[in-house]
Amino acid sequence: MFYREAGQFSSNYKEDQAIFPIRQDRIGIYLILIVAFIVIPLTVNDYFMSAILTPFLILALAALGLNVLTGYAGQLSLGTGGFMAVGAFAAYKFATGVPDMPIVMVLLMGGLMSAGVGIMFGIPSLRIKGFYLAVATLAAQFFIEWLFIKVGWFTNYSASGVITAPPLAIGLPFTDFEYVFNTTTRKYMFTLTFVVVLALATKNIVRSHIGRGWMAVRDMDIAAEIIGFKPLNTKLSAFAVSSFLCGVAGALWAFVHLGTVEPEAFGINRSFSILFMIIIGGLGSILGAFIGAGFITLLPLVLINVPPLLGLNLAVDLIEHIQFMVFGILIVFFLIVEPHGLARLWTIGKEKLRTWPFPY
Amino acid sequence: MEDFLIEFYFFLEVLISGLLTGTLYSLIALGFVLIFKASGVFNFSQGAMVLFAALSFVGVQEKFGVPWPVAFVLAIGIMVVFAYLVEKLVLGKLVNQEPIILFMATIGITFFLDGFGQTIWGSDIKVLDIGIPTGPLFLFDTILIDKLELFAGLVAGLMVVGLAIFFNKTRIGRALRAVADDHQAALSVGISLKTIWVVVWSAAGLVGLVAGIMWGSKLGVQFSLSLIALKALPVLILGGFTSIPGAIVGGLIIGAGEKLAEIYIGPFIGGAIENWFAYMLAMVFLFFRPQGLFGEKIIERV
Amino acid sequence: MSGMDTLMTDDTRTIGDTLLDVKGISLSFGAVKAIVDVSFDIRKGEVRAIIGPNGAGKTSMLNCINGFYHPQKGTITYKGITRSKMKPYEAASQGIGRTFQNVALFKGMSTLDNIMTGRNLKMKTGILSAMFWRGPAEKEELEHRRYVEDIVDFLEIEAIRKTPVGRLPYGLQKRVELGRALAAEPELLLLDEPMAGMNLEEKEDMCRFILDVNDEFGTTICLIEHDMGVVMDISDRVMVLDYGGKIADGTPDEVRADQNVIDAYLGGGH
Repeated sequence: MFYREAGQFSSNYKEDQAIFPIRQDRIGIYLILIVAFIVIPLTVNDYFMSAILTPFLILALAALGLNVLTGYAGQLSLGTGGFMAVGAFAAYKFATGVPDMPIVMVLLMGGLMSAGVGIMFGIPSLRIKGFYLAVATLAAQFFIEWLFIKVGWFTNYSASGVITAPPLAIGLPFTDFEYVFNTTTRKYMFTLTFVVVLALATKNIVRSHIGRGWMAVRDMDIAAEIIGFKPLNTKLSAFAVSSFLCGVAGALWAFVHLGTVEPEAFGINRSFSILFMIIIGGLGSILGAFIGAGFITLLPLVLINVPPLLGLNLAVDLIEHIQFMVFGILIVFFLIVEPHGLARLWTIGKEKLRTWPFPY
Repeated sequence: MEDFLIEFYFFLEVLISGLLTGTLYSLIALGFVLIFKASGVFNFSQGAMVLFAALSFVGVQEKFGVPWPVAFVLAIGIMVVFAYLVEKLVLGKLVNQEPIILFMATIGITFFLDGFGQTIWGSDIKVLDIGIPTGPLFLFDTILIDKLELFAGLVAGLMVVGLAIFFNKTRIGRALRAVADDHQAALSVGISLKTIWVVVWSAAGLVGLVAGIMWGSKLGVQFSLSLIALKALPVLILGGFTSIPGAIVGGLIIGAGEKLAEIYIGPFIGGAIENWFAYMLAMVFLFFRPQGLFGEKIIERV
Repeated sequence: MSGMDTLMTDDTRTIGDTLLDVKGISLSFGAVKAIVDVSFDIRKGEVRAIIGPNGAGKTSMLNCINGFYHPQKGTITYKGITRSKMKPYEAASQGIGRTFQNVALFKGMSTLDNIMTGRNLKMKTGILSAMFWRGPAEKEELEHRRYVEDIVDFLEIEAIRKTPVGRLPYGLQKRVELGRALAAEPELLLLDEPMAGMNLEEKEDMCRFILDVNDEFGTTICLIEHDMGVVMDISDRVMVLDYGGKIADGTPDEVRADQNVIDAYLGGGH
């Protein structure tokens, strides 16, 4: 009843192609943005913001990146952590090597470096497909981890191996004026802006002919080639965009969330965790990346906080084991019930909403 | 001349040790090949199965105090139950989905199994000792070989021969190959997919148990076993996903290559290259022969 | 199909020179000989049919023209350039369009999106423009959307525009696939059993579309088809393949009367 789109007609192709053609959706997204940009900074406490919301946003960005590669372009990747690491370390080198570079540029450069590495590891994807490619991405993951631990140049030859990320500061050129993002709220807003802008950009790419090319290669790469898509270019563009997003996410993770740049944060567990996000959230869906990231971020909290409420006091490592089990069960559950994840369930829910409260 | 001989013997030691470690990788890869050959499913949880089987083996001995042959049988029983459950709850519900979905389901199984195994049997490192000979053995009085590795190599060899005979000569083996080719077609000629899958996952469980016992004797039963299984992936790439001899040859090449690289190239670039060398080797191979050494060339039809 | 005769007699088309010339093609997969020394040509503007029993090599021949299969022997001359094998991108960018025997649509996308993929060769904006959307990327998208909507009107599939193609019935899927091929504005359109699995009404519609495309846009058509009524009615020339070799080539009437063809395919002893 409330969600009816009756009476809303697109009168030209431009309206028909909008990201949110239905008015109710548009209102919804504006509300969400208002809550995100205005309500949350004013009301949410620091702990929640820094421990949950900000990492959620960054991981959602990484999940977006992986979704581009695996969900839209169909190239399974197990090396997300590695690409995040490249972004983080590249950003660090730029920040320390070119001290005058604005922080936004530093983070974007981290993304670009990661895009370059992504393209390199994507080149084999023409000859190597499916599981073989997944193993190639694993190779990337392990090799990159090793590289950043062993080669001192990346850590500026730090003796302890733990390097502090430079502060997030925006300065006006030729002045001494500097705005430092050093409070939780400022960091949150910084991250939020980055993520929203990049998510919008990604959505735009996905609905263009480039995105269609990715989906064509995913669905039937032979047919795609015969009708004129260059397979290598299409796959490489997916690797590039995906790695760029993961790289920026990695840089944000180091600079905003951790405060340090360490390879351990970007290991194989990270890669798997992000893969779970997009499976649960929905492959091939921008919304799905956010839903999945939210889910995976909140689940450990639920598992830690709910049992005591029920009177069960579980040991910490037992909780971790149970977490693994729950992840496993959820993955299988979602793959059986709805391979397109929570995002599809959401779309189906909206369909039902159109007729609610009537059954037809 | 003396120096050269010493160097040469050392090289042989490293080579043999690498080859024998390679057979251990092959054992794990065999589990993958079995399942892939028979069901077209790339079973990412093979490593977790190895760990779970070994944990069950040791756990049963601990909790019920039975001698190890009994524990062996019980562990096999547990793996059969596992195979049955996987078929019923996972594979059976995902028939006809794309391979990538099935693959991701096995990732889910991996996580579940890792968590479950440690919940039931605990997560401390367990000692596995069933009397396999250990210690050094001197070949020609000069070349050092580890007895355990030698024993493992022999066991692996026996398993391979047994499995090869099974696949090629028996009726069930033929049915397994039919299923690997085309689920629908196999169904339509009356092959019961359910039974086949349970059989093959049980077989993979058995292979996993043997691999787990070998590795567990060498390193103790611990969580990292599951990660060693990831090493089997380059083996599969080299050998092809559907070839039993390929798993052996692939394992030998990876095992030897890895050890040799670590000793001879490692010091120049910082060491600890064992983590990724196997993968890089596999990737180089993939470039020249995307289907592996023994894999089948797929002809695509439009 | 008596209605078809009246369409064909009003012949305003011109059939021009050779567009595609295939000489001495041999293709084998290991020991399996799919095509053995086949030569034929297609003239600009005509409707050319390839017929023959199953396994005769018809689809393989089309695959060679698209560049998906590479023949071991022989040459393909298209628009004057001779090649020993085609590359898929070359074939597509030179104006060769294709539909497939087992509908090769992109199941994850809607009808509109599938047909839009056919426009890909004409879309030039890059990633950066796409990111910003407003400006060149949007303009290009709208322009091509307009063309695709014309195709949607032509094929009478407006109602299923936004439906994911995986959900469409087989006959409609084949129509969408035709739309995708047409979107690229092909000069040579290869159709692999475009009417397979359709009922009479659907077949008549499909025939009408194919003839319209040939008549209005001058698109050269090469089709594989098993329905003899259709083939005899709409083709200008027919080639017959059997066990990988050519056993007849000529007008429908000539082929219909050829004893080899009758023996192998149309009926009679075997």
